[in-house]
Amino acid sequence: MLGTKAMLFEAPGAFVLETQQRIWSLAKVVETWPDVLEAAPGMTNLLVQFRKCPSDPDAVAASIARVWDNCEPLSIAGKVVDLPVIYGGEEGLHMADVVAYTRLPVEDVVRRHTAPLYTVYALGSHPGYGYLGGLDATLFVPRRKVPLQLIAGGSVSIGGAQTGVSASPGPSGWNTIGRTNFKFFDAAASPPSVLAPGDMIRFQVERIKT
Amino acid sequence: MIEILSSTALNMVQDLGRDGYHRFGVGTAGAMDRVALTIGNVMLGNPDGAAAIEIQIFPFKVRFHATLPFALTGADCNARLDDRALPPWWTMSAKAGQVLELDVPVHATRAYLTIAGGIDVPIVLGSRSTQLRGEIGGYKGRALVAGDRIAGVAATAALVASEMEFGVEPPDLVLINGRSWSPSPSKSTIVRVIPATEDRRFDGPSREAFYAADWKITPQSNRYGYRLSGPSLTMREPMELRSHGIIPGIVQVPLGGQPIIQLSDAQTAGGYPKIATIIEADLWRIGQAPLGSSLRFVETSHAEAVAAEEEVKRYIDMVRAAAMRNRSLSDKVSAIPAIVMNDRT
Repeated sequence: MLGTKAMLFEAPGAFVLETQQRIWSLAKVVETWPDVLEAAPGMTNLLVQFRKCPSDPDAVAASIARVWDNCEPLSIAGKVVDLPVIYGGEEGLHMADVVAYTRLPVEDVVRRHTAPLYTVYALGSHPGYGYLGGLDATLFVPRRKVPLQLIAGGSVSIGGAQTGVSASPGPSGWNTIGRTNFKFFDAAASPPSVLAPGDMIRFQVERIKT
Repeated sequence: MIEILSSTALNMVQDLGRDGYHRFGVGTAGAMDRVALTIGNVMLGNPDGAAAIEIQIFPFKVRFHATLPFALTGADCNARLDDRALPPWWTMSAKAGQVLELDVPVHATRAYLTIAGGIDVPIVLGSRSTQLRGEIGGYKGRALVAGDRIAGVAATAALVASEMEFGVEPPDLVLINGRSWSPSPSKSTIVRVIPATEDRRFDGPSREAFYAADWKITPQSNRYGYRLSGPSLTMREPMELRSHGIIPGIVQVPLGGQPIIQLSDAQTAGGYPKIATIIEADLWRIGQAPLGSSLRFVETSHAEAVAAEEEVKRYIDMVRAAAMRNRSLSDKVSAIPAIVMNDRT
């Protein structure tokens, strides 16, 4: 439990798309339970929020685990979104740290970052932000020891085995390597987020600043 | 209609927060002290979750443009309505042209101005709360500035005509459960926590230090979160977590070893290890803890946390009963001063 009204379920096993597809599947079931306010997928995990404190959290945890054991991967055919990125320079404040940690030259970091077709695993952090799966393992860079209080909207960053794009300015503990310009969120739209789990993102090199 | 006269930023329209949009990355926002916001509404006969102005930057000044009952709850700000001093946790009616002024509070941090009917701004994704990140909700998605004019939701004629005036005992005097579990005399604000998922991944001395230390609330603290300073907490071995949903009250510990409490404007997801979660019933205590003051954590159980929420609910219901009693009395003889539960004038 996280406090009295939230429970975090973490899927055992590897950080792969199939695990995430089972999380999407699990969310679809759990969110229909009457006491559940919302089931929000994370990266191979699920945050379940309850309307009121469950009287027996262990029993709820057991129910979630039972559904997990039996749920099949949910395949979602999403849209593809192309995002042109300016890498490095003031747009990519921590590129030097990423270069130092990975021991790869800037051009290699950019090439490896733009190569994959990333899958949106989950939305979270701030309105419209998509967590992406598919980052090249040579680009895994730990989160920063002390998070920054403000990074710009559109910041393309790496945190551990994950990468993503900030949808608006705000605090972040990730390493910023570039910036793009795209409107990810509109509170008046339904759904309010442009991205949805299962969508694909392709980063394109607009420019590399050194 | 009320008009904002002070120009300071970061005072915003808030309600009890925005639920159900976590999966789009939309956090709760909402009042940092939800008990104070609720009590203000209850005193006025509003729905519990009606929107109010959360005031955290002082001085703050508004002018009433029509007769309007209001309540002031939360931090004691030496409030004045024109020349008249008002006690904290007080409700009364203002006349057209009167100016309400709040000074910097000494012992707490945030005050709530509620008005009859509640503040009328559009409901966005189920709530009137302002979320600065993404400019969602509230008054045009931003903090209030001088010259803004805010209307109330149409309240019943009886509520608007009410000339009832009374105060209530603030929660820090009533919710005394907060004393019985205090481990030792301490000037720190004491909050109860439930150990979180990575609790056991911290080494023994760090877990002891977490509960023994007086944690200073650093100046880098705001509605997003409070950054604390104290002994450095270390894990048995450093770990990177996959990002997962988080909620206000979670205490994360980045590799730097200094805890961060996620609060109303927290991101909806994070990946730093979580050592504990502050129970919902004590979150208002954090919302009122001043920068530079200190906090102490006390471990509690699920059952005790649920009981603590019941205690808060009983306090709110007690105020509700008193407010209803006052309202029925003032219906009969409106000139009679209403019952004063805690007269500190």
